[in-house]
Formats: sequence, structure tokens, C-alpha cells
Amino acid sequence: MKKETTTKNIFRRFKDSIYTRSINPSNDRDRIQVIFQSLILHLHPTMVPEKSLKLSVTWGLGGMAALLFVLQALTGILLRFVYQPFPGKAYDSIIYLQNDIFFGELVRNIHHWSGTLLVLIVFLHLLRTYFTGAYHDRRQYNWVLGIILLLLVVFSNFTGYLLPWDQLAYWAITVSTSMLSYIPLIGDSLVEMVRGGGDVGETTLLIFYNFHTSILPILMIIIMSFHFWRVRKAGGVVFPKESNETENKLITTIPNLVVREFVVALLLIAFILLLSILFSAPLLEKANPAFSPNPAKAPWYFEGIQELMLHFHPLFASIIIPLLIILVLIFLPYFQYDSKISGSWFISEKGKQTSKFSAIIGIILTPSLILIDEYFMDVSTNFENIPQEISNGLFPFLIIILLLYFYYKFINKKFRTNKTETVQSLFVLLLTVFIILTLTSIIFRGEGMALTFPW
Amino acid sequence: MTKTKRTNITERNDKPQSRRSFLHNLWIALGAIAGLEIFGISINFLLHSSRNNNKDTSAYVVAGKVEDFKLNSVTPFRSGKYYITRFSDGGFVAMSLKCTHLGCSVGWNEEENRFVCPCHSSSFAMNGNVISPPAPSALDLLPMIIENGNVKVNPKKPIKRRRFSNSQVTYVES
Repeated sequence: MKKETTTKNIFRRFKDSIYTRSINPSNDRDRIQVIFQSLILHLHPTMVPEKSLKLSVTWGLGGMAALLFVLQALTGILLRFVYQPFPGKAYDSIIYLQNDIFFGELVRNIHHWSGTLLVLIVFLHLLRTYFTGAYHDRRQYNWVLGIILLLLVVFSNFTGYLLPWDQLAYWAITVSTSMLSYIPLIGDSLVEMVRGGGDVGETTLLIFYNFHTSILPILMIIIMSFHFWRVRKAGGVVFPKESNETENKLITTIPNLVVREFVVALLLIAFILLLSILFSAPLLEKANPAFSPNPAKAPWYFEGIQELMLHFHPLFASIIIPLLIILVLIFLPYFQYDSKISGSWFISEKGKQTSKFSAIIGIILTPSLILIDEYFMDVSTNFENIPQEISNGLFPFLIIILLLYFYYKFINKKFRTNKTETVQSLFVLLLTVFIILTLTSIIFRGEGMALTFPW
Repeated sequence: MTKTKRTNITERNDKPQSRRSFLHNLWIALGAIAGLEIFGISINFLLHSSRNNNKDTSAYVVAGKVEDFKLNSVTPFRSGKYYITRFSDGGFVAMSLKCTHLGCSVGWNEEENRFVCPCHSSSFAMNGNVISPPAPSALDLLPMIIENGNVKVNPKKPIKRRRFSNSQVTYVES
């Protein structure tokens, strides 16, 4: 042993101190050793169940989210060399980035598109986790961590939305932060705290910039590590288990899992590059606090809430309902379920059937309710002596809660579902409603937020 | 810390144990105080501007001479973000152009004789009252005084109001 080290030259010894194993392992023992020796690969187990590698088990969504985070960090660091977080300079620095810096626009586009995709992928990851039942028992708390990460991703995107300081950014942030002012008692001072003053201005930009480029990324890195560690502690990802023990065969992570991850990563990067080459990140004219564009919409992931605001009093649409949804999401794994099946989609055949049923109900009901409210109902003029918080807020809110309760009972009775399946069908219904509200606001809301056809 | 455990221990052991737990609690208390200090300082950093920006709220700016404003007209001051309405009886009202719904800037529509918000199409009458929702209340009032024939407005101190009332109108003193 001693003789060997003296014969190697200093560079070889340096290299061996970093990485002792051969790079290209030829047998399973070495493949396992490589995982043990590497910090990055050590996130993986050395062996994985063959069944869990099938794409339809996870769709690789968690890995995609992690990759997108890395892309965001890399492009974000580059952008920080050019961007200036001051109202007088921010917009011009973006123009300078796009016109005078080699590949400046491409880097901005990649940052924009991977940020947009990150919100979407994290949301899909949540759906995948829910519908494969990966939130029971040991995974309960990791679900909560996932919800926190989802919120952090949304806030990262939201704080980044203001930075270009164009009309789109300025008014989207004005409209979204104003939603907070409807919180009773503390609303106005909360808005002032978030904005650092009465209006969106230089302090707002500084606060958002700081959150976007330091506080939120650091928090995400910490919680992401925790999230990954918890997946390992729960015994890896969920997959459909066979009663026959020999069916759950283990195979080495290298090359089986690593190669698959590599393929997904390359495809995703290629997709983002293509998107960034074909479609530029939006940049309207410079922010002008005196003129609002028409329509002024919130960022797309808040447009479901904005659509809700057209139908409910803002206190319910922008505060109570979203808070309630987040709360229910956090406590979702802790309900007393009577079946805890993990790994198969939608629990059972009955689960699939009721999910489909709920989706159809949602697709039919939501647009009809939007149309009825838009053209036939005028609550505020019909009940003028009742405060709007009640006539257009509490009252319809309670009706909806009651209807959901009856829907729950109905599903349970008609399909003879167990509790897990019934909760799932309620989840599907609310999910469909949320998606349709968001799409309605993005596609069909035109000037003055009136319903219009975009074509 | 748990009481049940300590009663099982003999009398002799009890005293140093309680001294230890006192010191233990002291450390926790000191740690909590240090934590609070850091928290307070951080919050102070976060809130510095909303406190300092609002300091100077007494500044009135001259909007124009009384005779510059025609009777029964609305004059926009886009840079100061307010409107001045002069009613047909000669009275003045200054209003913020911030829509009370979600803070967009309302525009004055001359033909329809109303303020219209481009974001969610709330509309307001000449005196600021809501004509059509979703806006929940009238446009914010701005303090104004008329001195030596000059109309002066304080655009930094908007006053919330539910509805317009005659007491909000300022007249030229004669």
C-alpha cells in the first residue's frame, strides 16, 4: 500500500484523493461502490426496485423539478451580473441585456420558461403524489414539505415577475398585492409591508429582488434536501407492489436509474431550449404607474383566484378560500383513511370511475356557473341593504360548502366507495374547478375582464 | 423536565437537579431574548421604508389657480396620481386615481361622464361614488385647501370613505 502511493505522481495522488474508484465500473459491486463514493449520486440508493423504474410510476416529475431549479439558479446567477434592481434602471438593464449581450435574450428566455415550467411541473408532481397515494404513513410529513416547496416556487416566480419593471410586471404585482388588503384589520398595513410603502415602487422592487435572489432560493435548497432525504427514509418512490415477492426484483441504480434520469434531463433541456428559441419572454413598455393596461391580469398561476374574485367578494375569493385550500392540502395526509394503498393510480377501478365522474361534473358545472353569474345574477343590486361581504361572500360560500358535503355523501352512497376514494373524487372535483377557473381567466377574459373569445 | 421522573429520584438528588433545570431554563430564556432581538432588527430592516416614506405626509402641492378649473369638470393630474373635480356649484373635490378594488389607475371617460377602471371595469361618478362594482367603496379623498386663489392638494394622505357626502366638498371662501 505504502509503496503504491509513493510511485504515483502528485497529480495522480490529488485526483485519487477526490475520487478513489474507477469511473467506469464493470461489475455490480463496483457500481454500488460508485454510488457510495459520490456525494451527488449518494442521494440515490445503490439498488432500486425494477418496477419503480417504469415511467408511468412517477413520470420523473420530481427529478424534472430539481433539474429546473438548477437551471433557474444557473441562469439567475448570470442575469444578476446585468440586472439592476432600481425602477429607473431595471427596465433599461433588461433592454441592454437583450440587445447588447451575447445570448442575453436566450438566457433570459430560459430563465423565464424554466420558471414557468417549474410551477407547472411542481403542481403536476403534487397531483402524481396524490393520485398514486404517496402520502400515507411515513410519507405524511414529506407531503407537507412538498406543499411548502410548492408555495416557495410560486412565491419565487411571483417575486421574479416584478423584476422586468414593465407594464405587465407592475400591474400584475399591483393587482395581486392589493388582494391582501381585504384581510380584515391588518390588510392595509400588510400590503404596505409587502410593498414597503403605499404603492408598488423602488422599495417594493428591492424587497422582491432580495426575496427572489437570496431568501427564497436558500430556503428552497434547505427544504429540498430535507424533502429528498425523507423520500429515502420512506424507502424510495412508491410503485405497484406484487403479492409475489420475486416480482419486486432489485437492480443496480447504475446504470438503470441514472441512465433514465439522464434521458429525461436531456429531453427537458432540449424542450426548454426549443421553447426559448421560439418564444421570447414577454416585455411590454416600461412601467407607468399612472396608466393601467386593459386588461391588467395577475400572473397566470393566480388567475384562478382572479377569476374567483369576479364571482365572490374579495375577502372570500382572495383570502379565505385560498387559505382554506392550502390548509386542507397540508392536512390531507392526516385524515383517517380506511384504505392506504400506495403505488397504483387512483387507488382502484372504483377510484378511477369516481374520479372520471367528478371530472365530468366539474367540466360541465364550472362553465355553466360562470355564465349564469356573468349574465343572470346581480347580487349586489338585488340585496342592496345586506353588506357585500355576506350577500356576495359568506352566503354563496356556505352554499358551496353545503353542496360539497352533499356531493361527498352522494358519491359515497351511489358508488359505495370507501373514504379514501370519496375524498379523492372530491379532490378531483375541486381540481377540475380550479383548472377551469384558471383557463377561463387566461383565455376568455378580455378587455375590462369581460368574457370574450380570443379568436 | 418531566415531573414524574423527578419524584422518583431521592431527596438528595433533588436540589442540584432543580438548580440545573433553573440554569437550563435561563439558557432557554436568554436564547429566546436573543432570537427576539434578531427578529426585531430584521423586521425593522424590512419595514424601514414604509415608515420613513410616510413621514412627510403634510406636504400640500399647488394644483392650480381656482379659475383654471371649469365648472362641472374633471381635471386629471397623472403625475401626482389624482383627479380634481369641480362641481357646477363651484365646489372642489380631490380624489386619488387608485381604484378601490385592486389599485389600478382609473381613467376619466368624458362621454360617459364617469371614471372607469381598466382592470375590472368598476366605474365611479364624478364625485367618486361607485356606479358599478366590483369596487367596494368610493375613490379615496385627498385633503385640499384653497389659499389665495390657489387650489392645494396633499396627494400623500388619501382618506378612505364609503360614499360621497357634501361635507367633503371644499369651496372658495369669499
